[in-house]
Amino acid sequence: MPADGGIGAPNKRREDVRFLTGKGRYTDDINMRGQAYVWFLRSNVAHGRITSIDTAAAAAMPGVIRVFTGADFEGVGSIPCGWQVTDRHGEPMQEPAHPVLAQGKVRHVGDPIAAVVAETAEQARDAVEAIEVEIEELPAVVDMKAALEEGAPKVHDDLTSNLCYDWGFVEENREAVNKAFDEAAHVTTLELRNQRLVANPMEPRVAIGDYAAHNDESTLYTTSQNPHVIRLLMGAFVLGIPEHKLRVVAPDVGGGFGSKIFHYAEEAFCTFAAKQLKRPVKWTSTRSEAFMTDAHGRDHVTKIELALDKDNNFTALRTETYANMGAYLSTFAPSVPTWLHGTLMAGNYRTPLIYVNVKAVFTNTVPVDAYRGAGRPEATYQLERVIDKAARELGVDPIALRRQNFVTEFPYATPVAVEYDTGDYVATMDKLEEIADLAGFEKRLEESKASGKLRGLGVNCYIEACGIAPSHLVGQLGARAGLYESATVRVNATGGLVVMTGSHSHGQGHETAFPQVVAEMIGIDPNMIEIVHGDTANTPMGMGTYGSRSLAVGGSAIVRATEKIIAKARKIAAHLMEASEGDIELKDGQFTVAGTDKSVAWGDVTLAAYVPHNYPLEDIEPGLEETAFYDPNNFTYPAGAYACEVEVDPETGKVTIERFAAADDFGNIVNPMIVSGQVHGGLGQGIGQALLEQAVYDENGQLLTGSYMDYAMPRADDVPFYAIDHSCATPCTHNPLGVKGCGEAGAIGSPPAVVNAVVDALQRAGRNVTHIDMPLSPSRVWEAMNQ
Amino acid sequence: MYAFDFERPSTLDEAVAALGAEGAQALAGGQTLIPTLKQRLAMPETLVSLTGLAELKGISASGGVLTVGAASTHAEVARQTDHPGLAGLAGGIGDPHVRNRGTIGGSVANNDPSACYPAAVLGSGAMVVTNAREIAADDYFTGLFETALEEGEIITALRFPIPEKSAYVKFEQPASRFALVGVFVSKSEGGVRVAVTGASEEGVFRWSEAEAALASDFSPAALDGLSASAENLIGDIHGSPAYRAHLIGVLTKRAVAAAA
Repeated sequence: MPADGGIGAPNKRREDVRFLTGKGRYTDDINMRGQAYVWFLRSNVAHGRITSIDTAAAAAMPGVIRVFTGADFEGVGSIPCGWQVTDRHGEPMQEPAHPVLAQGKVRHVGDPIAAVVAETAEQARDAVEAIEVEIEELPAVVDMKAALEEGAPKVHDDLTSNLCYDWGFVEENREAVNKAFDEAAHVTTLELRNQRLVANPMEPRVAIGDYAAHNDESTLYTTSQNPHVIRLLMGAFVLGIPEHKLRVVAPDVGGGFGSKIFHYAEEAFCTFAAKQLKRPVKWTSTRSEAFMTDAHGRDHVTKIELALDKDNNFTALRTETYANMGAYLSTFAPSVPTWLHGTLMAGNYRTPLIYVNVKAVFTNTVPVDAYRGAGRPEATYQLERVIDKAARELGVDPIALRRQNFVTEFPYATPVAVEYDTGDYVATMDKLEEIADLAGFEKRLEESKASGKLRGLGVNCYIEACGIAPSHLVGQLGARAGLYESATVRVNATGGLVVMTGSHSHGQGHETAFPQVVAEMIGIDPNMIEIVHGDTANTPMGMGTYGSRSLAVGGSAIVRATEKIIAKARKIAAHLMEASEGDIELKDGQFTVAGTDKSVAWGDVTLAAYVPHNYPLEDIEPGLEETAFYDPNNFTYPAGAYACEVEVDPETGKVTIERFAAADDFGNIVNPMIVSGQVHGGLGQGIGQALLEQAVYDENGQLLTGSYMDYAMPRADDVPFYAIDHSCATPCTHNPLGVKGCGEAGAIGSPPAVVNAVVDALQRAGRNVTHIDMPLSPSRVWEAMNQ
Repeated sequence: MYAFDFERPSTLDEAVAALGAEGAQALAGGQTLIPTLKQRLAMPETLVSLTGLAELKGISASGGVLTVGAASTHAEVARQTDHPGLAGLAGGIGDPHVRNRGTIGGSVANNDPSACYPAAVLGSGAMVVTNAREIAADDYFTGLFETALEEGEIITALRFPIPEKSAYVKFEQPASRFALVGVFVSKSEGGVRVAVTGASEEGVFRWSEAEAALASDFSPAALDGLSASAENLIGDIHGSPAYRAHLIGVLTKRAVAAAA
């Protein structure tokens, strides 16, 4: 462990002091002078035509300032989608309008119809109940395949059907893949559902709009993972506010898991209403509203087929997936089942031919978008499940089958457009077998048997693609944004630094990890460095935090900016020591002239930069502040191998996770304690998906799991103590830190391990069960055992 | 929540009088009522708190009967040692927060079909004591959230005959951790009782076939081959009627094993 607190040190998270002592400043902690409150009237039907809205009684209620309906938003833009997918036939996806408040129709339970702004939230809520709205209920479409049938009710009247797009990837390989299946020695087929999830960050969403009439400036305080993206989307596309007149602040944010990437109607409403009313307008989501308005995750129905030759080599893979978009296109929704999913279908294996077909479908449900892993968990789950099923059908060891087909030479160009730069899947699997004590499984199996329990072992691999890039490529793929990251490093006269990053921390620990990078480069104490993020007014334009990108992309921007700082500081040091710049060395915060005992300290140089009495003013400007934008030239590819051991109670079907091991390759590690925490959290969410969580709609589009009474979240006693390791590091070859990203791995890699383990337990007990859809609740497992 | 008046009487008579008013609603520990109010699913004009009534407090055992004041919290019931089956049940309700606020009287008056206490009351053959009368458990629970209580009637205590043996075993619904199915069994001079909560569309009920089988042989083996009917059982995303019926059998055996 480095003694200097630099790269590799498990420094305690400095932000936790304020979080754990109640000193965090979350959006809901912000209260403005003269603040009013908004409450939304939301649709209680999934699909209907609004025939009348009478707001007169509501407007007359105590404390009411104004009642807004869709009519007040004529001329206001549609909430935009940030990614356009092109379908198999070269046509753009169908892209419906998404109004801030419903225009004529409601399309999911929770769709906002009207809003009351009042002096207090309770008054606003009282007045919402006095709005008289008549809705002619229409038949709802909930099931994706039913939504695509001829004559199905259309979610959007102006679209040709409920099909958003029919995507083929790689379309040119379609026939070659089909041919490989015709010639296969063995084909394994699996149909499965990757169920709909609700992100459930601890902090619900909050938005406060504020308007300063004296300079025509709007400010939005919001629970966002990417304030610059919200400023651009909302300013340019919805409200028509230029960026120099719009500030977006995302202060402390209590978790996001993807759900706070997107631009939401409530943000636009509060910003719009604040300008109309010349008063700050605040909205705080209730947990009930969160269930029916936060973008949901996953919700794929997939048929996957794996072709093998007579020697059990994978020869081809073919999938057909239906991906639920919900009622509108959330900000990055179209990219999730396509470019974040199809490109990962090679997994850790040398499958030469792959064809992925994805049909994205509109339904009368909450929009679905990225959720921790976003497309990659769906890819990993189906691939690792079908491999397990193939191993059982062929009677071979599932680990051996995986090892036999591993990619072993890097760089490796997959047949699905991406090139893995580094990796060592054999090493992570070896490490997994060690930390999971797979050798001891048989003994534990006997112990379980003795206590009347069915024990099973599930193993799988995963690969993910993090730090989506480069911008010119993602632009070709349909992204309407760049995917670089930015950093400004400001050195103060007395030597301390402030780093302003365009990424955003909502639990990841940037305030601790980023200083370690800068401290390592200069050779100073990390406590000399502060991190600023989350405010468009004082950070350079950045793309925010999601997709495990912040260290790989944002950290690289910090490295580039710090390199510029050091280059300039070196010039100043050379001047101070009357030496040649080429002879200057920087070590442990001291500039020295090579081969001499001359030196100046970091603080002497920074002081000279701002008090340039003895300074090369003819060559360089005073001051020490630099900005860098880093645009990676490839994704990063973290990978690993996971093992889960379960016990199933044969009488009740209840699954308990007895052991869980994760061997990850994240490349270089800046703060191993934070990495462990990220893995633990990801595993908790993945196990939550595997065993507990599901968002369920009835056939009328009513959300049956609209609260924690029915939506099961993982709790401490649902998860075991984990055995984790991230020592098998193959550093990323194309970013300066050699890092890969670790935020999503646990959530991506763990669901198939759990399901593989349960199927293994049941098969060892002689039950003919080949698959159970998640969540593996006691009743589902029991029914599978007794079918 | 909607606005309401709040009263905290200090005697039972004052409480009965306050509850006689139009729109008055009794408030015990508030573990069900307060969330209901927050969701605006109830609109009482006046909440009458029962927490100030000395008559509803205290737990004592005498003559083979455990008397539990209605305002006793689950945590207090869990700490008594005279009726271990009841203590075990109370100690497993909710979480420490719920156990230190929620009361036995509030739970029994509410009669949530997934609550634990109704199983103990019915499964022990307890008496529900109110300000007006005593009601036998067999006559008290009349349906989902329905009881024999009259408007404004207040439970003051529960009287549990202390059984020779008893135990409660529940299988938790994964999300709420209420009882998906819970079974309370007791054996005493009066016979064997098996009460099932969580499972039925009609609330807590006695499984008479199991009681008959256990009467002559209070052992798990006595239940072999016996299965509960799925008729009228709850079916939802957490379990079908058939699954709940199966669990009734499993949990009854486990409860007998735990009690024996």
